[in-house]
Amino acid sequence: MNREIKRVSIVVLCMFLALFVSTSVIQVGVTDTLNADARNSRTLYDSYQVQRGSILVAGQPIAQSVPSKDAYNYQRQYPQGRLYSSVTGFFPISGAPTGIEGAMNSELSGTSNDDFIDQLQNLVTGKHPQGNSVELTIDPVAQKAAYDALGSQRGAVVVLQPKTGRILAMVSKPDFDPNVLAVHDVKQVDATYKQLLDAPGDPLINKAIDETNPPGSTFKPVVLSAALESGDYTLDSQLPNPASLTLPGTDTTVYNDSHTTCGPGATVSLETALILSCNIPYAELAMKVGSNAIKTQAQRYGFNQRLLVPMRTAASTYPGYDSLDEVAMSGFGQKDDRATALQMAMNSAAISTGGTVMRPNLVESVLTPDLQARDQFTPTPLGRATSEKTAQDIAHTMVRDVSEGVASNARIDGVKVGGKTGTAQNGSDDPYTLWFTGFAPEDDPQFAIAVVVDNGGGLGQSGNGNSVAAPIAKKVLEAVLGK
Amino acid sequence: MTAPTSSTPLASRTGAPSAPVRRIRLPKKLRNLELGLLVFACAINAAAVVLVELGAIGHLDFTLVLLGAGLSALVVAMHIVMRYVAPDADPFVLPIATVLNGIGIAEIYRIDIARHDAGWDSAAVRQIVWTAIAVVCAIAVILLIRNHRVLQRYTYVFGFGALVLLVLPMLPIIGRQVNGARVWIGIGPFSFQPGEIAKIALAVFFAGYLVQARDSLSMVGRKVLGIRFPRLRDLGPILVLWGLSMAVIVFQRDLGTGLLYFGLFLVMIYVATARVGWVVIGLVLFVGGALIASRILGYVQDRFENWLDPFSDHVYNATGGSYQLVQGLFGLAHGGLLGTGLGQGRPTVTPLAESDYIVASLGEELGLIGIFAILCLYLLFVSRGFRVGFAGQDDFGKLLGVGLAFTVALQVFIVIGGITRVIPLTGLTTPFLAAGGSSLVANWIIAALLLRLTDTVRNQPRLVV
Repeated sequence: MNREIKRVSIVVLCMFLALFVSTSVIQVGVTDTLNADARNSRTLYDSYQVQRGSILVAGQPIAQSVPSKDAYNYQRQYPQGRLYSSVTGFFPISGAPTGIEGAMNSELSGTSNDDFIDQLQNLVTGKHPQGNSVELTIDPVAQKAAYDALGSQRGAVVVLQPKTGRILAMVSKPDFDPNVLAVHDVKQVDATYKQLLDAPGDPLINKAIDETNPPGSTFKPVVLSAALESGDYTLDSQLPNPASLTLPGTDTTVYNDSHTTCGPGATVSLETALILSCNIPYAELAMKVGSNAIKTQAQRYGFNQRLLVPMRTAASTYPGYDSLDEVAMSGFGQKDDRATALQMAMNSAAISTGGTVMRPNLVESVLTPDLQARDQFTPTPLGRATSEKTAQDIAHTMVRDVSEGVASNARIDGVKVGGKTGTAQNGSDDPYTLWFTGFAPEDDPQFAIAVVVDNGGGLGQSGNGNSVAAPIAKKVLEAVLGK
Repeated sequence: MTAPTSSTPLASRTGAPSAPVRRIRLPKKLRNLELGLLVFACAINAAAVVLVELGAIGHLDFTLVLLGAGLSALVVAMHIVMRYVAPDADPFVLPIATVLNGIGIAEIYRIDIARHDAGWDSAAVRQIVWTAIAVVCAIAVILLIRNHRVLQRYTYVFGFGALVLLVLPMLPIIGRQVNGARVWIGIGPFSFQPGEIAKIALAVFFAGYLVQARDSLSMVGRKVLGIRFPRLRDLGPILVLWGLSMAVIVFQRDLGTGLLYFGLFLVMIYVATARVGWVVIGLVLFVGGALIASRILGYVQDRFENWLDPFSDHVYNATGGSYQLVQGLFGLAHGGLLGTGLGQGRPTVTPLAESDYIVASLGEELGLIGIFAILCLYLLFVSRGFRVGFAGQDDFGKLLGVGLAFTVALQVFIVIGGITRVIPLTGLTTPFLAAGGSSLVANWIIAALLLRLTDTVRNQPRLVV
């Protein structure tokens, strides 16, 4: 009998072993997955137990939690809500937080893995847990200037520090007041949220990173990069200069903006074509360079991937094209080319600093409750887009585009500003998307900027990048350059 | 025999010092160890209640501590009784039962606080009253059953009793259906789950019956693939038991209890007959029955689906779906390694947090560390029962000890395994921890029987076989 009992006890031991394993897997192994499940209300409740950390710009809170006397313990406040709404996002009592509130949620709520030691200490000392604060890379001057300059346009402004990838300004219009979404009344929050969701101009969409638009002529520097990088072209390479071009295999005719030739002469140089922003030469160039080379080049700038800034951005796209007419259209940023404002700012930043694309980010550092800084911002390259020579050539061409070309409205006295405008078509009768992307100053680039204005800037098809977007960029650059 | 030899025991009875006799039995040492552990267990329980209050309401409320002190007095009373009537009983069983019971009360109390239940609505207060009743029952068992072999005489009475207890919930008027399972009887405001008591009666019946019938069950039969299978005519009992378990699953809609009874029977028949053939036949029967049931019975089918694919939205949102299972997993994950601390988690998010899901609640607040401690306590408790099986001198006692210990082990496995997705979830109570009077009474009686059995094991000098 004892032999049998021994066997049964081994079975019992195995049963308990299974329980030891299963509980370990659940409570240690897959906790992150379970805690991140949207249906896990405990995580949500928890986020109100701790004093959530602040979001700081130049040391000043743009989002903070103050004690409240209701069940939620703390009220989230956004002192300059509208100005920073595209950065902070909002933190509602029902549903998921957005913006930095969402992307840095575990740090702000003090539940990230890095906070484990603190949690352990709190457990022992009984101290109430506190979230970490997040200091942003935002420059309040740039943000304010961009916010004011964009005015009531639907669109976005992004300012980058070219050498590091720090995001100095990120404005999306129309904006919203995150305070109204942070009230402690679920019904009211839901109603406000629905209202904002249906509001004209989609205020809840961050046009700097969530929305892509056809880049139009601002894409030409990418095509030029591909041409120069191939080694078969220089800035002086000549292309035929007709007044109109019928695309191969179609009835589609392409014109330059001027509806004439691109300057005088039977041929035109790549440099002049960029300065005058002519479509025909770039359509020709794109067909010659080819879809694959342009796609590779675009990807080296950061196209066709989603970035974490730390919010997840939409991917700017250059899908690659099979037929020549499509490649021709893509050469001046039409067809299925799409770009975020952030991507266009990254392009200018890379061009201005010798061809290296830096990873853009909003987070300068995470400050623990005892004010220790951790996760300090470190400039990280995303990759090399072009050789230094190519970048310098294009940068100089862009400076000439502003000083003597069609981007004239971005001129600032005494500063060498480089820039490229874009006026992109959306559909035969739809309003244009208006662009400006550039950098300043040329010798020691401190700022790279992209401005996108949707909906034709309210002018339908009569506005263009230089008349609407370039002045906005000029105002921002003047403010940050102290002019 | 001559006069001098017969006078020797007389002389020793009157003249010789009693010290050597005591040293052999060492009863005091065991009981003193038990008392020490018991004081420790009561201290843990009091600390748990205090922590719950500090964690959940932020200040102390002595009502529950006082009630707990009453319970502590009761278990100490049991200890004192054992000093007289079961001096050689195992010193670990009582403290383990006490600490599990106490932690359970603390956690149930914690859930009451979250639900703002007080007075007679409070599950913790009811649990304390039931604990008192259960401990009194345990004391009664220890006092009344001085020798476990007495039970063997009433083998068939216990078998019949088990049957009656099982049928009771099916009767009209007194039978009640709670959460889909018809396993309750109710008279006025009081309700009781007779199946819990039935498992003890079944264990006694199995032990008695198998000791009697083991020869015919084990000796004859045909060998197939090296395993000796019993004759058809000897299949009677296993078929009856299988039918009984299936009836419980079908008519009472209680998968866990069916599994428990059948598992208990299989283990006991295997230990008694040493024939793997029984286990094979039993498993084939049960798995076959369960598969058919899962096809025919909607609720069994749901359980399997919930088990295999709990996170998919349509299962999660279904009525009778995996909501509870998934929320329980969230709770456990929320607790993590160290737990949120007593009174500081959110166990009430999960349905039935105080009864079927008490382990998930404890796992949330005490963490993996707490769960491991609880599992170790169960393992120790079970091992004390198996010890009877190894060291016992009579087959009935051995079988009964193994059977009782195995029910506790299997029940823990079915419940915690269900919560942690080792097996499909079935509604069973966690011994000693979960809210529920019938379960408490049953498990305290099991504890008392194990104490009685361990007492006899030590009482019999090893040489006498």
